[in-house]
Amino acid sequence: MMTKFTTLLAATALVAIAGCAKKPPAQLPPAPSQTGDTGAGTQTGQANDQMTPGSDADFRRSVTSNTVNFGVDQFDIDPTARAILDSQAAWLARYPNVRATIEGHCDERGTREYNLALGDKRANSAKNYLVAKGISPARLTTISYGKERPVALGSDESSYAQNRRAVTVVLN
Amino acid sequence: MRYFGRLLAAAATLVAIPALAQQQPAPAPGQQPAPLEVSVTGGVSEPMPIAIPPMPTAAVVQTPAGSTDALGRQLSDIVANDLKGSGLFTPLSPGRLRAVAFPEVQAPAFDFWGGTGAQALVQGFVRANGDGTLTVGCYLFDVSSRIELTRQGFVVPPSDWRRAGHKCADMVYTRLTGEGPYFDSRIVYVSETGPKAKRIKRLAIMDQDGANHRFLTNGQSIVLTPRFAPNQQSIVYMSYVGKVPAIYVYDIGSGRQRLVAQNVATTFAPRFSPDGRYILFSMATGGNTDIYRVSSQGGAPQRLTTSPGIDTGGSYSPDGSKIVFESDRSGGQQLYVMNADGSNQQRISFGGGRYATPVWSPRGDLIAFTKLGGQFRIGVMNAGGGGEKILTNGWQDEGPSWSPNGRVITFFRSGQGGSGKADLWMVDLTGQVENRIKTPLDGSDPAWGPLRP
Repeated sequence: MMTKFTTLLAATALVAIAGCAKKPPAQLPPAPSQTGDTGAGTQTGQANDQMTPGSDADFRRSVTSNTVNFGVDQFDIDPTARAILDSQAAWLARYPNVRATIEGHCDERGTREYNLALGDKRANSAKNYLVAKGISPARLTTISYGKERPVALGSDESSYAQNRRAVTVVLN
Repeated sequence: MRYFGRLLAAAATLVAIPALAQQQPAPAPGQQPAPLEVSVTGGVSEPMPIAIPPMPTAAVVQTPAGSTDALGRQLSDIVANDLKGSGLFTPLSPGRLRAVAFPEVQAPAFDFWGGTGAQALVQGFVRANGDGTLTVGCYLFDVSSRIELTRQGFVVPPSDWRRAGHKCADMVYTRLTGEGPYFDSRIVYVSETGPKAKRIKRLAIMDQDGANHRFLTNGQSIVLTPRFAPNQQSIVYMSYVGKVPAIYVYDIGSGRQRLVAQNVATTFAPRFSPDGRYILFSMATGGNTDIYRVSSQGGAPQRLTTSPGIDTGGSYSPDGSKIVFESDRSGGQQLYVMNADGSNQQRISFGGGRYATPVWSPRGDLIAFTKLGGQFRIGVMNAGGGGEKILTNGWQDEGPSWSPNGRVITFFRSGQGGSGKADLWMVDLTGQVENRIKTPLDGSDPAWGPLRP
């Protein structure tokens, strides 16, 4: 997460500079794919959105984290996850028109289909917590990626721990 | 493909010469030659040495599949590769073979073959027909007793020429082992490439030996867990198209796809029933996954399991009366069997560790599974539970699927670490014969189709 955060800050800084220059880019970047499955936390948002209140970029900068982690084969929300989700709930309460999807993910030590089911449990655990904190369930959708979209690529405990996660992504 | 069994009507006239000239020394009175057969059970038996010389042609003709003499060489290679891959045969190396003249096809030079150490001999021929089709003749001989054991002829369009080789290998395999055929079959799987964090996955289909490979989807969306329909005209699979994970049916002929169950939650783990009337699948609603079935024509799904845990990965028994599935209702993943209507759910796995992805053998006797411990390994157990046998020993071997004759299992093996690579393998029921299936890119989620008609 730290690495990603640093990258994000760097990207934001670059965007800020570009924004001052007010020069249109020579070539427009390709439109983000509507059908592609980017999966968790991949930064597909348009550069300009990063400064827009209520955007996913704003969300990621404002909350403790967009990601909560889980124990092995677990889907319960532990105290660390609670604090993170509390910050997410507070932000979502500030922007009542914003919708979000929660992605559930697993480490690679489960079979593919079981992990789809387990990822669904994790996404719903996070969703249910946010709903309990007053966020309308109509604003929240869930999707499970099972083990299809890891963020840490090793076959080791540290990677597994990072990959067992639910990621809240604000839909713009 | 048309094929005829005992009599090669068309071939008989062409391959006329030595049919009557076969000189066979009569066995000594009272001395029965031991029947030629291959043992497929029990311990590791020595593979049977078998000679498969290039198949000659009476007249070299150019066809859309190549010239008939080149096809004859390639066909004998296909037969040899199939039989070798079964682990039950050792084809003689090309250097120990001799060219077979066309008139020799039905009258082998037994004196020569007897000296090679081959116990069985497969000869054949290729002929281009006036209507554009090809005829491939296939003959099996017992070298020591100098008799023909069986023969078949296959008439194929040039585009299907490899199938004639697989059919010939199936004829030899079934005659010598007593087991059902499986070489003339296809595998649908998920072709993979790209970095581990963002694998590009495409449906692909190929012959079981890796030939005739074709991509079916373009990789824009994650696709998972394809399975053939019993009639092999369509494939059911899971796709993330539009970021809505759901199951689709892909029509192989037209390339069209349709959503199976409309307006429902995340659906996955689809499989056809043996009669093709139903699609079994898993549906996750609000954090609970259960098994459902729906008519393959569509309509309202019927719920089969109700446990608060994860019930998934169902597979029908060959007669369609039962379903084996996995559930974590007792804590970890274990295997259960229920009636096709969801009644009478009974646990069948009791060994240490967790069990996943059960698949009922097409013969009905065994259930293949993924066993989870530190590694993932492929194993089998009796359909009623017990008799567990672990067949593989990779880092992560997952997702077994049976060959049409229930003798071989294909699965995928994932590598450890950051590459995210996986590839396709086959293992036989002894666990002794393990082969990688060569694919253009990486591969996962293989599903073996039925024998082709």
